[in-house]
Amino acid sequence: MLSFLAVLIDGTIYASWLFLVAAGLTVIYGVMRILNMAHGSFYAIGAYAAASAIGWYFADGTGSAGVSFLILIGAALVAGLVVGTLVERGLLRFMYGRDETLMVIITYALLLILEDAMKIVFGVNPYFAYQPYTALGRSTIAGLKVSNYDLVLIGIAVAVGLALWGWLERTNLGKILRAVIHDREVARAMGVNVRRMFTLTFLIGTTLGALAGALTAPSISVVPGIGVEVIVLAFAVVVVGGMGSIEGAAVGALLLGLSRAAAVHFAPQFELFVIYGVMSLVLAIRPQGLFGRTLVRKI
Amino acid sequence: MKTVRSMTTPRPGRLAAGVAAVALASTMLTGAAGAAENGKFRIGIVTFLSGPAAGPFGIPSANAAKAIVEGLNKGALPAPYNTKGINGAEIEAVIIDEAGGATKQVEEFRNLVQRQKVDAVVGYISSGDCLAIAPVAEELKALTVFYDCGTSRLFNDDSKPKYAFRTGLDAAVDNIGAARYLAATKPNITKIAGIQQNYAWGQDSWSDFTLALAQTMPKVKVVENQMPKVFQGQYGAEISALSVKKPEVVHSSFWGGDMEAFVLQANARGLLDDATVVLTCGESALDRFKDQAPNGTIIGGRGPFGAFAPQNALNTWFVKAYTDTYSMAPTYPATKMAQAILGLKAAAEKAGASAGTVPVMDAIADAFKGSTFESVSGTVKMDRADGHQALQPISYGTYKYDPKTGKATIENVITFSGECVTPPDGTASDAWIKAGFPGAKCN
Amino acid sequence: MRLDKTELALVGLAVVLMLAGTLAAPGWLIFLITVALAKALVVQGVVMQMKAGLVSFGQGLFYCVGGYAVGMGGQFLGLNAGLVLLALGVIAAVVLAMVLGLLLTRYREIFFAMLSLAFSMILYGVLVKSQELGSTDGFNVKAWTLLGRTIEGGEQATHTVFILTVLTAATVAFILHRFYRSAMGMTCEAIRENEVRVEFLGLSPRWINYANYVAAAAVSALGGGLTALATGHVDPDMAYWTTSGEFVFIALLGGTGSVFAPFLAAIVFALVRTYAIEFLPNAWQMILGFTLLGIVVFLPKGLWSLFTRRAVAPVPSSSPTNARTGGVRA
Repeated sequence: MLSFLAVLIDGTIYASWLFLVAAGLTVIYGVMRILNMAHGSFYAIGAYAAASAIGWYFADGTGSAGVSFLILIGAALVAGLVVGTLVERGLLRFMYGRDETLMVIITYALLLILEDAMKIVFGVNPYFAYQPYTALGRSTIAGLKVSNYDLVLIGIAVAVGLALWGWLERTNLGKILRAVIHDREVARAMGVNVRRMFTLTFLIGTTLGALAGALTAPSISVVPGIGVEVIVLAFAVVVVGGMGSIEGAAVGALLLGLSRAAAVHFAPQFELFVIYGVMSLVLAIRPQGLFGRTLVRKI
Repeated sequence: MKTVRSMTTPRPGRLAAGVAAVALASTMLTGAAGAAENGKFRIGIVTFLSGPAAGPFGIPSANAAKAIVEGLNKGALPAPYNTKGINGAEIEAVIIDEAGGATKQVEEFRNLVQRQKVDAVVGYISSGDCLAIAPVAEELKALTVFYDCGTSRLFNDDSKPKYAFRTGLDAAVDNIGAARYLAATKPNITKIAGIQQNYAWGQDSWSDFTLALAQTMPKVKVVENQMPKVFQGQYGAEISALSVKKPEVVHSSFWGGDMEAFVLQANARGLLDDATVVLTCGESALDRFKDQAPNGTIIGGRGPFGAFAPQNALNTWFVKAYTDTYSMAPTYPATKMAQAILGLKAAAEKAGASAGTVPVMDAIADAFKGSTFESVSGTVKMDRADGHQALQPISYGTYKYDPKTGKATIENVITFSGECVTPPDGTASDAWIKAGFPGAKCN
Repeated sequence: MRLDKTELALVGLAVVLMLAGTLAAPGWLIFLITVALAKALVVQGVVMQMKAGLVSFGQGLFYCVGGYAVGMGGQFLGLNAGLVLLALGVIAAVVLAMVLGLLLTRYREIFFAMLSLAFSMILYGVLVKSQELGSTDGFNVKAWTLLGRTIEGGEQATHTVFILTVLTAATVAFILHRFYRSAMGMTCEAIRENEVRVEFLGLSPRWINYANYVAAAAVSALGGGLTALATGHVDPDMAYWTTSGEFVFIALLGGTGSVFAPFLAAIVFALVRTYAIEFLPNAWQMILGFTLLGIVVFLPKGLWSLFTRRAVAPVPSSSPTNARTGGVRA
């Protein structure tokens, strides 16, 4: 019984984390049709930025948890916007309209470059910025001890999801974006500045990636390579949910998160396969993902 | 819609020119590499400079190599290493990255030996790399000192090594030592659990540990073992699964960022209030745990290395030289790297070449085999695997953090002699453990 | 058999390479070229699918199957004849591809890429779980024989694997060159351009893709087997997604313009990487990244476009460029 509860709680926490990691990826793909291999690097940059900022804030051994949260989010915003702008203005805008697969390769090159750039900027020593994580303490739910930080993470994931959804479905700008998603050329013909929409989307996507990294940083040790580790996970979420769909990413994250928690508790030997297993299964049944639209075949 | 594509046809002239250019470039590059005749003793150092193993292991190792090489070239080390360089020849270190997998490392190993003409290679953290490199070292007759990788299979298979040596310890030693330490310090526990990274290291560590535990503490029940993917970072579900089983001790062979993340999360989730965790690689994060690892956490350093290294003139010099340059104390990978280079120097100088010259590899290998040399970790005997594997004690202790100074120390250290935790030659470690450690001499 | 210019060049290059390699080149360079050519065979598998518009981010699957077949054949089946081991890998890969292909050929674009990646990662997971196969450490390939001769270490072994690899690579390239100009090869390109139109011609893109997928698997397994023979070691990293990423990287580096391109690209890649590691040990990935970006920006058709010239007038792909395409029936 306790195990079922634990699966539910652990699964939801992991799902929230997965959703935060994947949200930026799916937004960028949805609007720009770019499968951003470098998404993990933005995650890592956010984590490094947050960990350095927190380390600096707590350098003298004192500081308040509340302020450290603001610093965390501030660091993510700055890192995501600055690096996102550099990449978009300096590289991607020259590549718009290229083949989708070629864009994958371009972002793969970007991943290689950013990995080493991070090493040069932040070094390879682990960053340990645990203060915000431990400051919140823990709660006991039916005998299971849970970190409050992780519960806050669920709240943030829900808020980010709702904000994205509301923005796309309920605002004017969101409607314009949906027009771009639906048909880029017609949107352009209607006077939409598609390139500006692209810039905006890319920055939102990278900032979301950096935010995910920043929110993860306090609960891990930030080391080189953490970005590469999350890419495939984020891809799995997005592919399961349907590329470019926010609802899809949320459902995909929940499905993968709960499956993984269940595997850990009841069948640890399958933990290693569960993500890819679920992904293959979903794709075998619904090739376009749970919320993906079937593409119209053009003659 | 892509409809119009230009047709392309090969232009033989350009093709020939291109092939010629590549061929020419390769010849030029090979020509540039014949620098082995500069009279220096060139050592190829291979360790992780990128990826998750770089921070905890690779960079401390590379730093130690630089510190030792610089000290040796100045003749600044205490006796018996107070002579300059190696056999009077200046040492030149070529440091390359171990990241990228075994296939790439085999290629880079050949490049080091045949292109860069190194006189010896010191390196390799990954067991897969060691396994792949060992036969190539024999094939190329290239003196190779493995300093860190822990696989029991390195000298176990039907290999007859001549040029490959390992100055670090077998990972089985870590886990036999951990089982013995638990038996000595926590004889009354009944429930134990484990969490390991799901790859060769974690799997082997856990199987060695559980086998050894069955011998040292036959009444203990193993209640759970979790095997998350390596570098996963998020251990929420695993920690719950462990907590539910209420173990008294949790064994983990985690290392690097994974280990730090697990300790942080397990501590925050209350798992470590009720259970003591045994970290076989814990020493490498001694400076970073701060108040996040509870006092009493059992940590090891894969031998008498890092904070477990004994007080002797060599280690005092090494700790000072390392701390002066890198403003932190050397952790166990650093000590191990220093040890490998010192072993190499000792062997090379025993090889009997005239002073100031670089001895041939065969002579160094002959001198290295079965040798005994002084090291930063005390006296090292190359006493296993027919004189190719170091035999040393292993230590475990408990973590103690002082919030006032912000420094962590290790207390309650117990050291088990090499003969106590290492199988004799010709016996595989798992068979030795299952048989109840026949012939073990414990202090 | 009439040979065209490319085929003549292929034979000539193979002979020159074998002579130059065994007589003049240093050991490390021979080894580097051997591994590069073996990997280039996997890249050929990627390119075969690229020509049909599919990008496989999981070609490491067959590379790994080929490699493990060589390793396990020696370890568990007691086989030690090199050619038999290679054949074993090809058979294993073909059987696996025939099963996976049934599912994969229903997918296009990014879904194909991700699903092929997922399959490769599942094999990776299975191997990591297999402690008797050494888990992530992998295991060493046992001593093997070629045409009855035992291949022992040293120069002789390096040269033998080198010649075997050059011969295999040349043979595969020869066959591929003919395949690309055959009716089916041409149809693959047509599928990339417009699948629906191909269907309207009465052909089945799905089954053509299927055959292509299986053939690509066989070629890639050969590459994996040769790599295992050359390095003497196999491990699950061969199936990890970054390995597959490297193959796609090399494929784009070379371009799809010619059967030579993957070989050239693999050798250039290996040289750039080894010198980047030597001279910039802390930034070699960055060098690779910039190289790749440079290629994409300045040579979008790959390195091979350095060796080609544009036709005087662009020829629309809808017009018959080869008389034989007219007679395709599937």
